[in-house]
Amino acid sequence: MSPAGRTVRPVSIASFAQMQNVRRDDEHNEVEMLMPVVAEVFGTIGITKDDVDFICSGSTDYLIGGPFSFVMALDAVGVWPPRAESHVEMDGAWALYEAWTLLQEGEVDAALVYSFGRSSLGDLREILTLQLDPYYLAPLWPDTVSLAALQARALIDSGKSSEAEFAAIAARSRKDALANPKAQVAGDRSVDELLRDEYVVSPLRRHALPPITDGAAAVVLAAGDKARQWSDKPVWITGFDHRMETHSLGARDLTSSPSTAKAAEVAGVHDGPVDVAEIHAPYAHQEVIVREALGLDDSVRINPSGGPLAANPMMSAGLIRIGEAAERIRSGQAGRAVAHATSGPCLQQNLVCVLEGA
Amino acid sequence: MAERCAVIGVGQTHHKAKRDDVSIAGMVREAAKAALADAELTWSDIDAVVVGKAPDMFEGNMMPELYLAPALGAVGKPMLRVHTAGSVGGSTALVAAHLVKSGIHKRVLTVAYEKQSDSDAMWALSVPQPFAAPLLAGAGGYFAPHIRAYMRRSGAPDHIGRMVAVKDRLNAIHNPYAHLHLPDIDMKTVEESMMLWDPLRYLEACPSSDGAAAMVLAAEDSLSGGYPPAWIHGAAMRSEPTMFAGRDQVNPQAGRDCSADVYAQAGITDPRAQLDVAEVYVPFSWYEPMWLENLGFCDLGDGWKLTEAGATAFDGDIPWNPSGGVLSSNPIGASGMLRFLEAAMQVRGQAGEHQVDGAGLALGQAYGGGSQFFAMWVVGADKP
Repeated sequence: MSPAGRTVRPVSIASFAQMQNVRRDDEHNEVEMLMPVVAEVFGTIGITKDDVDFICSGSTDYLIGGPFSFVMALDAVGVWPPRAESHVEMDGAWALYEAWTLLQEGEVDAALVYSFGRSSLGDLREILTLQLDPYYLAPLWPDTVSLAALQARALIDSGKSSEAEFAAIAARSRKDALANPKAQVAGDRSVDELLRDEYVVSPLRRHALPPITDGAAAVVLAAGDKARQWSDKPVWITGFDHRMETHSLGARDLTSSPSTAKAAEVAGVHDGPVDVAEIHAPYAHQEVIVREALGLDDSVRINPSGGPLAANPMMSAGLIRIGEAAERIRSGQAGRAVAHATSGPCLQQNLVCVLEGA
Repeated sequence: MAERCAVIGVGQTHHKAKRDDVSIAGMVREAAKAALADAELTWSDIDAVVVGKAPDMFEGNMMPELYLAPALGAVGKPMLRVHTAGSVGGSTALVAAHLVKSGIHKRVLTVAYEKQSDSDAMWALSVPQPFAAPLLAGAGGYFAPHIRAYMRRSGAPDHIGRMVAVKDRLNAIHNPYAHLHLPDIDMKTVEESMMLWDPLRYLEACPSSDGAAAMVLAAEDSLSGGYPPAWIHGAAMRSEPTMFAGRDQVNPQAGRDCSADVYAQAGITDPRAQLDVAEVYVPFSWYEPMWLENLGFCDLGDGWKLTEAGATAFDGDIPWNPSGGVLSSNPIGASGMLRFLEAAMQVRGQAGEHQVDGAGLALGQAYGGGSQFFAMWVVGADKP
């Protein structure tokens, strides 16, 4: 696990909840979006905010277009009396990682993690351009779909994939999403039909793009006695790591994901069989790259929830992968699962979480 | 189960109104390289990087850790980005400390920064949002009424704020990295400076700075560097809601709870007597007496008396902000980390001309938002 061979303290995904993913939620502000999610994540295991020792959230100011979007969101929990609380300007999967590190110290046993984002408020495709190097890249305004298309083109040119495979991934994802009541986009369309879609940016056709999604999600983490009290069938995090790549797209091989491969190695993905993987690949072609980096063979069930092609709430889609993977284990559909989250242009930063049943 | 953790390297930039000689990446790298040099380490010795800053809109760069990864040697490593408002510099250091205390990593680089000249913090703080009353005042306008409330409650005379403004600026003369060096400042020049937000005058407010701070945190079996380690004796964060009827913004419960937690971890029952020095987030002069009370250095209502008696002066019994504090350098995201870093410098005996003789135990405090977010640590020369 660690360079020193540290013993991992078992921490369970005690509870998971997510909002109904929608294209645009005009009726609720961030606090109102989160409140039912927080109530559900506590309520399903019969606890309250007083039962958790730490709170960590993930969000970004650039969706709301104002500073400190996380500040008022905290009202969804109601931190009175004052609580130990922190926030990452990252997907909630990394907030979960921060909370997990605290639980590894052994001094506290439970944490609430939540994330939220209204992707619909602005022009997401342009907003994400502001993640780029502000001196040399952002002023050229390469938008996020165009960058993903460059990656998809490189993947086709390398011979590793094809437009037909992108369409097959999209078809499978949206078909699986029919069974996910929280999904935003679901349907049963054939690959042949999808390949008649128009290009948004070649070689990416409409189906290979994620939807724009407003959403929110929450997880309760528990260790020690609380983990067993709160669940008859705890789902344990047995490996967890995340890695960064360089920012310069020209310096990266966009057809591979060494950061995912490294995180998978450290998290111990290959220490046992993988039944299910929830992969945060917002664009269909990115699933091919991540799947290879994770070293998953064809027997692994990928994104039974429908994945980010069925709902891609900014700042929550990664956290939802962890929650969905845990639910597959809790329901008995899987014994061991891998969840993946990504951040940045063309899979720049990646996180891998290994989950196992009791 | 928690491992011991210590600061083994510190680095900061020369804080200025405009660092137009460097990019954001160049600026953070400058601080990080100084911290590595202090720890006698290279980039490859670092296991993970934790970066923090205040709102991304201050520079117009969304989730800038992505862009900064190569400049901070984070490629191939875990990298986290913390944002907890003005307390973020402190919170960032605490998140980095958890990575060591949990046993996950041996050496973690933590960096915080703000390049205020790339944008306009006043504008970024005042963007109109639907269903929210516009602030249109920046931080000073937000805090001025709370200062007035403190003056009314405590009966503090008007000159206390000016005393803090003079004291911290004269301290800053002995800190080569400080943004403001104002050797001629005195009570009269402060009193004659422009009124910004009654009762705060221009010279009672923090400057707007470009700058970065960095530290290397290490586990007990991975120490290095020429100076002794600064051991973390206590560390905590606390948050409370932004607004509700009855919330005390002058003496916030979250601040009291946070310090009580840190003191309990560090075995401190009388902070004024047991601590040798404190670096506390005082962006506006009056926050010194207010935080003296909030942090339990005196009874309620007596904070201003400590300031007036010179207890917090460099030669007082409990020096506050010998570095010159936030009143002398304010790269917002880094301002909290600078408090934590200066506390570590004091107990390592590396503070140079602003070294407090024999400092063995020091407090670093940061707060943010509308005084609802707090981060603190106590560091010591002795192993806890």
